[in-house]
Amino acid sequence: MPRELTQNRIQKIWVPTKDDRRRAAGAPNFANPPTVIVMVGLPARGKTYMSKKLTRYLNWIGMPTKVFNVGEYRREAVKNYSSYDFFKPDNEYAVKIRQQCALAALRDVKSYLKDEGGQVAVFDATNTTRERRDMILKFGSENSFKVFFIESVCDDPNVIASNIMEVKVSCPDYRDCNKTEAMLDFHRRIECYKTSYQPLDPDQHDRDLSFIKVIDVGRRFLVNRIQDHIQSKIVYYLMNIHVQPRTIYLCRHGESTDNLEGRLGGDSGLSPRGKQFSAALARFVEEQQLKNLKVWTSQLCRSIQTAEHLGVPYEQWKALNEIDAGLCEEMTYDEVKEKFPEEFALRDEDKYYYRYPAGESYQDLVQRVEPVIMELERQENVLVICHQAVMRCLLAYFLDKSADEMPYLKCPLHTVLKLTPVAYGCKVESISLNVEAVNTHRDRPEEVKRGPGTLIRRNSVTPLTSPESNIKKPRIDDLDEAPIQELPPSVASLALCSPSHLPLALAGQDLRRSSSGCHDFLQPCQ
Amino acid sequence: MRGSCHPKNTRDRAVCMTNCPTLIVTVGLPARGKTYISKKLTRYLNWIGVPTKEFNVGQYRRECLKIYKSFEFFRPDNEEGLKIRRQCATSALNDVRQYLSVEGGQVAVFDATNTTRERRGTIVKFAEQNGFKVFFVESVCEDPDVIAQNIVQVKLGSPDYLHCNSEEAIEDFMKRIKCYESSYQPLDEVLDRDLSYIKIMDVGRRYLVNRVVDHIQSRIVYYLMNIHITPRSIYLCRHGESDLNIKGRIGGDSGLSARGKEFAKHLRKFIQEQNIKDLKVWTSQMKRTIQTAECLGVPYEQWKSLNEIDAGVCEEMMYEEIQEHYPLEFALRDQDKYRYRYPKGESYEDLVQRLEPVIMELERQENILVICHQAVMRCLLAYFLDKTADELPYLNCPLHTVLKLTPVAYGCKVESVYLGVDSVNTHRDRPENVNVQRSTEDALQTVPAHF
Repeated sequence: MPRELTQNRIQKIWVPTKDDRRRAAGAPNFANPPTVIVMVGLPARGKTYMSKKLTRYLNWIGMPTKVFNVGEYRREAVKNYSSYDFFKPDNEYAVKIRQQCALAALRDVKSYLKDEGGQVAVFDATNTTRERRDMILKFGSENSFKVFFIESVCDDPNVIASNIMEVKVSCPDYRDCNKTEAMLDFHRRIECYKTSYQPLDPDQHDRDLSFIKVIDVGRRFLVNRIQDHIQSKIVYYLMNIHVQPRTIYLCRHGESTDNLEGRLGGDSGLSPRGKQFSAALARFVEEQQLKNLKVWTSQLCRSIQTAEHLGVPYEQWKALNEIDAGLCEEMTYDEVKEKFPEEFALRDEDKYYYRYPAGESYQDLVQRVEPVIMELERQENVLVICHQAVMRCLLAYFLDKSADEMPYLKCPLHTVLKLTPVAYGCKVESISLNVEAVNTHRDRPEEVKRGPGTLIRRNSVTPLTSPESNIKKPRIDDLDEAPIQELPPSVASLALCSPSHLPLALAGQDLRRSSSGCHDFLQPCQ
Repeated sequence: MRGSCHPKNTRDRAVCMTNCPTLIVTVGLPARGKTYISKKLTRYLNWIGVPTKEFNVGQYRRECLKIYKSFEFFRPDNEEGLKIRRQCATSALNDVRQYLSVEGGQVAVFDATNTTRERRGTIVKFAEQNGFKVFFVESVCEDPDVIAQNIVQVKLGSPDYLHCNSEEAIEDFMKRIKCYESSYQPLDEVLDRDLSYIKIMDVGRRYLVNRVVDHIQSRIVYYLMNIHITPRSIYLCRHGESDLNIKGRIGGDSGLSARGKEFAKHLRKFIQEQNIKDLKVWTSQMKRTIQTAECLGVPYEQWKSLNEIDAGVCEEMMYEEIQEHYPLEFALRDQDKYRYRYPKGESYEDLVQRLEPVIMELERQENILVICHQAVMRCLLAYFLDKTADELPYLNCPLHTVLKLTPVAYGCKVESVYLGVDSVNTHRDRPENVNVQRSTEDALQTVPAHF
């Protein structure tokens, strides 16, 4: 007897009746068993850049992913970095610590993938020796994880110098140095790795491994033995991203006549103020003096009308159309509340997963908009004129916002968001073009009880903010941390030492000076 | 789709994918899958709306030479042979120019061995002169089993070997390959570092990708990395007959009728009898496909992308009602069923875009059953059977019938299996009169019977 079906109330997905509490995926789940992505490469080759970016992308498309950066574990174990001598291959003591850090990170990987609902773990370290990689392969095999290597190979001195300036010079290791000293030390650090570096060898030793070799920042790729869907998507993503400086502008169409009446959806034209905004946008674009700006719109009238004012060629994407409100299209929120009171309440309960009857959810939007993101990655300067929900989806991708936050991101009319990639993230500037408009933003209602918890579920398509590193930010007064398990006792005690006790102040330059603040990664604006 | 692109009007297209036309150039010894790749890629690009055409130089040679005698024609010291082959290549390139510069084509696939640097240099120069981008697709394979299998699958039946038995043909063909081997200069990491190409090694075990410069090349690479040649079968069918089907209503989200449930049982029996290894089952997120899958008693996965075409304001209407309320729309749809978009709904053209990730994943999969809907099934079928935009919306996809697709040689074998459960007919042919002024009778001429 076939099972009875119920349409679950929030997602409008038909499931066997007894299952109706489970959150279903918007598309098949392709990620069993879990995957460990292993970065490979000398320092300053963009491994962490790729790790973070890839993680952000995978989380956005609903694949729970987390980065495990072994350098962070090392900074936790060795409170103060003194110099490149730590990385000398003959520094036995340090070698042991670095080994233990890698093991600690792998243990956390295992926990994330087995117990915490993670699907992909990115093991971000140099992993430059076969010995280390064999250890990881064994770990993967013991735990039934798939292993996929991403190697970054680059010998262009300009690229390397540029990387060091962007992200190394300001890293916690060098907080007590000036730029020149940091640069010099880091170069010596790289040298420490070079002699023992065994690149992946597709012809002989590593021909049975699954990997991608990224050469010269994407000029060339070698792809070996892709096993499954997620590896295929990862390869496609890596082949589309680039590091050219460029700017992405996101904005909504000008205020529409439907906006004025407080109506959802529809396909109305611009109000007089909306037209004013479009003219202001044209002026703004001109002032920005951009090289080769592409302009994209949706296929809805209000977005196209806005672009028309710019007097430049633009391209229409149906995929950028506003979220389909189904039966609620063109109603005001009051009308929705009156005609569909249950739906109205359900939406507030779980706005990300909620699908309008005969319409869409934010979860559906993410799937729909994914090709736009892929093409945005390929492009350089782009202005995207879209809609509130769509803009929230795109913004969540660039700023690494979770499913929970996405439907409440502020994207007011007549405001342009200027996104500039920088270091490991994205700088955001919000520019209001000073044309009045109605406010279409609805905050999360206070009195609403939160819906089913935001547990990470293996099979759900839920964007997550890339999880915070396992390593807590170092705190001078915290001496109560349990030692990392399996560290030999001498090293374990090291983790408990207060900063003044530094057995690792080794011979060689002591780079400490008067300290200033830590990590200046540019944080995304709120 | 072939014929679906308005020439040069970028506003009509969702995204303009190519600024200047692209010339794809295959490279490789004979029997390395170049023509297989060319044809498959051409089929895919046309389906997603990029007008593409392949130019197989072997065919030009067969036109020129009429009768193939033996491998001796291909010997590197056969002056006469070389001259003819060069002429054929030139002739094919002229047709390429015609297609890309005059006829509105966007991609041309130049399918030949192109194994020498000299030949490739000529092509690159030709492309530069005409403002075409060039992208090379090289297939490298030394596995004798794969090569032998290729020869059996597609060479034995070639016009060249009409008058030979299998053994003679294989022997001749192996000698033919030898003729190319000595002068073969594979794409080189250093010498060809400024060219854009993908090198496919050992039927997709490994890829080398160099200098992908634009969107279309990126898509081509992604596609090539997802296809495989492992034998498998794809089963396509619609959900069982639904309550709305019976009433002659389109769209909606109704459940199965009694006969629809009967079909689901028959489908279960059919699947069991087929004895398929590791069969995956996919459905849409509409009740009727899920109910059908539920009957199979195996795990299945739901795709929203497989949902039926959205008929917008016409959802759940009978054709008679559409004619009554929206006679203009109804006529416009008959005029251009592929491009016509229901008000607040979708077009077949939109469907194709929506289904592209499904096709990509179907290429990665092996044995699979897709339980979907009429318009969706037409789109998928058009991809596998290389149908044009004009044909697509009128492909026959009746209820209660399973189509079994098996890749073979350069194409796809189709078996249609009717599972013996009655149902209404939901197929509406194009009426004779598509004029917006037509009478109601003319408009409803081809509406299938319903309760």
